[in-house]
Amino acid sequence: MELTVNGEPIQVTNVATVGDLLDHFRVQHQAVAVIANGDIVGRDIFSQFSIQDGDTIEIIRFVGGG
Amino acid sequence: MMLTVPEIPALPIGSYRFRSRLFVGTGKYDTLDTMRQALEAAGTDLVTVALRRVNLKNPEEPTILDAIPSECTILPNTAGCYTAEEAIQVAHLARASGIGTLIKLEVIGDPDLLWPDPIGTLEATKRLVEEGFTVMAYTSPDPVLADHLQRAGAHAIMPLGSPIGSGQGILDVRQIARIKARVSVPVVVDAGIGSPGDAAMAMEAGADAVLVNTAIALARDPVMMARAMQAAVAAGYWGAQAGRMPKREEASPSSPVSGMPHVRS
Repeated sequence: MELTVNGEPIQVTNVATVGDLLDHFRVQHQAVAVIANGDIVGRDIFSQFSIQDGDTIEIIRFVGGG
Repeated sequence: MMLTVPEIPALPIGSYRFRSRLFVGTGKYDTLDTMRQALEAAGTDLVTVALRRVNLKNPEEPTILDAIPSECTILPNTAGCYTAEEAIQVAHLARASGIGTLIKLEVIGDPDLLWPDPIGTLEATKRLVEEGFTVMAYTSPDPVLADHLQRAGAHAIMPLGSPIGSGQGILDVRQIARIKARVSVPVVVDAGIGSPGDAAMAMEAGADAVLVNTAIALARDPVMMARAMQAAVAAGYWGAQAGRMPKREEASPSSPVSGMPHVRS
């Protein structure tokens, strides 16, 4: 399956949900926000939210800022 | 020497309440450890953060939230947004990440000055307030705009002292006093503070709090500077409460003018 994640085209296998994708990148589910095709995915449904071939995903977290 | 000034009363913003009048940003520190020590030294309980993409090449790098003292409330900003729509979406993302409804609203209109866009800021303030956010609105130091933002429901007005990260200080401190005289919500001077003197000046002018980032992060000793900023905020706050003397054009002797001893000239 081909996805665009944080602007980069990537190939993934065995990824069916947003939760799987976070695990694929070894990103902790805590304190991240996810946008799938322009819509925010509620953190309580990461593990149920399906990902399809061609989806555009943004994985966002907090960083230092003023 | 012990500081003998009394403790400053807590500051309410929306339904939040902050013990410290020194808010601190988390950008530009050399290390997360220095940042954590500086935040502790500042005695702050409100710290700003930004939202950015996870670095997929190093997804396990430590998260900034782990280095922020647990007593601090997190204030996410919308830095980098150039339209009301972008800022609203970033606010939604911040809320989706599960840290509450507080937002430092920045809608920028000029990329070199990072000057706030007044129209976009006002529009985004209205929308986010309607959606239940606690909005702290970063703004140019304009008393009329401050009043518009308050009427739009902003929970705090955050006038800049000078451009973000410039360290130029508060270029027109009278604007802070003018804004303070015209709004009832807290006024937080944000951006431009370069030294403890600037922080004290903002507080003396009537600011309810200051937000400092670069002046601490880029100091030779950030932890010492954080302490100095805390002392300066207290000095300025109590100076304002005490009420400064009026200025006058000519000198007025502090020593008696009569009873001068006769000395040989």
